[in-house]
Amino acid sequence: MSTALAQNRGLGAMIWDYLTTVDHKKIAHLYLVAGGFFFLIGGLEAMLIRIQLMKPDNDFISAGLYNEMITMHGTTMIFLAAMPLIFALMNAVVPLQIGARDVAFPFLNSLGFWLFLFGGVILNVSWFTGGAPDAGWTNYAPLSTVSPGHGVDYYVMGLQISGAGTLIGGINFLVTIVNMRAPGMTYMRMPLFTWAVFVTSALILFAFPALTVGLFLMMFDRMFGSVFFDTAAGGNAIIWEHLFWIFGHPEVYILILPLFGAFSDIFSTFSKKRLFGYSAMVFATVLIGFLGFMVWAHHMFTVGMGPIANSIFAVATMAIAVPTGIKIFNWMFTMWGGNIRMTAAMLWSVAFIPSFTIGGMTGVMLAAAAADYQYHDTYFVVGHFHYVIVGGVVFGLFAALHYWWPKMFGKILNEKLGKLAFWPFFIGFHLTFFIQHFLGLMGMPRRYWVFLEGQGLEAGNLISTIGAFLMAIGTVIFLVNVVYTSVKAKKVSGDPWDGRTLEWSIPSPPPHYNFTQTPLVRGLDPLWVEKSEGKKGMTPAEPLGDIHMPNASILPFLISLGLFIAGFGFIYQVDNKAWLILVFLGMGLTLGSMLTRSLKDDLGHHIHKEELEKDLEKGAGE
Amino acid sequence: MSHDDVLNPKQMPHDPEKATLEGKNKFLAFWFFLGGETVLFASLFGTYLALNRSTAGENTPENLFGLELVFIMTMLLLTSSLTSVYAMYHMKNHDFKKMQLWLGITVALGLAFLGFEIYEFVHYIHEYEFTFRSSAFGSAFYTLVGFHGGHVLFGLCWIVTLMIRNSKRGLNLYNAPKFYIASLYWHFIDVVWVFIFTVVYLMGKVG
Repeated sequence: MSTALAQNRGLGAMIWDYLTTVDHKKIAHLYLVAGGFFFLIGGLEAMLIRIQLMKPDNDFISAGLYNEMITMHGTTMIFLAAMPLIFALMNAVVPLQIGARDVAFPFLNSLGFWLFLFGGVILNVSWFTGGAPDAGWTNYAPLSTVSPGHGVDYYVMGLQISGAGTLIGGINFLVTIVNMRAPGMTYMRMPLFTWAVFVTSALILFAFPALTVGLFLMMFDRMFGSVFFDTAAGGNAIIWEHLFWIFGHPEVYILILPLFGAFSDIFSTFSKKRLFGYSAMVFATVLIGFLGFMVWAHHMFTVGMGPIANSIFAVATMAIAVPTGIKIFNWMFTMWGGNIRMTAAMLWSVAFIPSFTIGGMTGVMLAAAAADYQYHDTYFVVGHFHYVIVGGVVFGLFAALHYWWPKMFGKILNEKLGKLAFWPFFIGFHLTFFIQHFLGLMGMPRRYWVFLEGQGLEAGNLISTIGAFLMAIGTVIFLVNVVYTSVKAKKVSGDPWDGRTLEWSIPSPPPHYNFTQTPLVRGLDPLWVEKSEGKKGMTPAEPLGDIHMPNASILPFLISLGLFIAGFGFIYQVDNKAWLILVFLGMGLTLGSMLTRSLKDDLGHHIHKEELEKDLEKGAGE
Repeated sequence: MSHDDVLNPKQMPHDPEKATLEGKNKFLAFWFFLGGETVLFASLFGTYLALNRSTAGENTPENLFGLELVFIMTMLLLTSSLTSVYAMYHMKNHDFKKMQLWLGITVALGLAFLGFEIYEFVHYIHEYEFTFRSSAFGSAFYTLVGFHGGHVLFGLCWIVTLMIRNSKRGLNLYNAPKFYIASLYWHFIDVVWVFIFTVVYLMGKVG
């Protein structure tokens, strides 16, 4: 597939290209667009929540709609915005950072995206078919099992399908990082972002099956009459809480660790220093991932597990502050004495440190089980997790997007607009969530659709709402920046930031085979090693030769479409068994496509040496 | 070099399932996948252990389970694991026909197991009126054992598909990893059954 061919095609061909692509860089685009879209929807839901809570006894939206709003805001932001945006970065960057031409399973990579997208669409279709899920993003039984209508059914099917996509993605990146590294790229030479993705993928692998089981049990209870969570028939509603949080707590580390990795790369690049305490950073990442699995019950201190269980989970939770503290200090030491450039990416990263640290401190406060009886289900908790998720994950996404945008699209996001977006967002963020800690301490419970007059909650809620509007303004400026940059900005070289890692050794955006010749890695920060020896680029590890690449395929789309159709069948067969026909149609499409994949050999294709030489002449691959 | 030359070398390597990068990737990914499956079944076992005494005054494990049937099922499945080892042994010796033969025996044993399992479920439903909906124990039992049975069924379809697809062309470096991971999957199913036998049936009988 030559570049000339790529230029002479219409919109239809482009859509077909994206539907069938197995190229990790294009899949990154898909994840970015879909995740960004859901981020805006989730943000809109957040704005409606804040408008409702702007003043006491407000009736801007009804109580029922409010419940749907908070449920969908949480679910959308975690599963449909943060996760795919992280997957966008993983796809765009990891193969480049380890010197690979694609991920280990390009076909599965595409399948993972389409499953996520169709799952997300199912979830959001519920708005138009009689009501969205309304039992909170944690979907606790028995509230969820008795929730009328089909809202919670959409939650179950949507998350089941998109969760399968995430699990596939996790396995794919584990294998990619173990098997696809370029010669010389040992584990302890991997950039921190790749390390973080490695640990994150392991977390995905071991955490998501618990959610899968939880969702199956919920599905069986709601759609097929089982009684897992029905205490009248001997069931136990707490099982849902355990399964949900056995998944859910690792999930928050799944969200934050890749961004920890991105921050590490950004601090190092823009301080012109190698990362301080590289091995300690790797160790801390692994340790956080490990400890992340033994703290789930700190979400359930008030369930009544007893003082011993509560104490064990409290201590384990507090222990996580240690590796996290190691990271915070190492980032600061990386900047210390460095040649710092305050780019927009760096600005978001520097702002992240104090913001996230506040969230970490309130986390330790919440970990104190006895005190948690006071904080539980108040706005203190809401304040805490928004400090870590917005202050950590969202700041990290903005930083990482500014940093890797030129690698993905060949243009630097406008720096002035980037900083202009940062300030209202940063100020708005603290306005919105800092005051919520105090609202919580004053007794304001979370998930209530109104608060009363004369209880001292008016000012705090108004401030919080004003802050939310500032964050919305910041987001809009960022979007303007994306449009402005794609129209106005000039193409930049492959290495606009004076980078240190492999992704900056190839053109921006890279050719679809990434590396014309696989590079030879000779140390940590491999490109910097070459630069410090006066070389311009990487030393190749192989002679110029034919490159083997995977073939595009529409099957991942069809497999996911089948599950999408079957999802509706499952949801509505409760009302009328005739809907089972959709289950058979959908599963038929899915299993048929899988069978086709199994029967039809897919051996990939070769890009020939002559074509690579032509590309080289045109300036690619330098 | 064309794909054909790469995938059908004159001298097959000793480990044909791991001779190509794709094979290595599949091998590793499948082990990871089985790690995830372990968590999946662990969650189901946890749920079962939490609910196996919640019989809502109806059928209990003691009065339902018959160890004779379960013993036969266990023997069938354990033997099928052994026969799939023989199949892989012949794959490594590049004897395609014998591999197919032993895979065929594996499938037959798996089918027999599945038949007994279906008989068991039907028996419980008709003789004891013990269903998915009768109690939390019922829900947990049918879900755990049913998930395992579903895995057996999927595994059987998978192995049969591979056997038919490749029956004419024999072993090469493209399909060797496919056979190998299907046999890994089969072993995993067997291991899960050992736990089901212990946790569900034996512990159910002795209380």
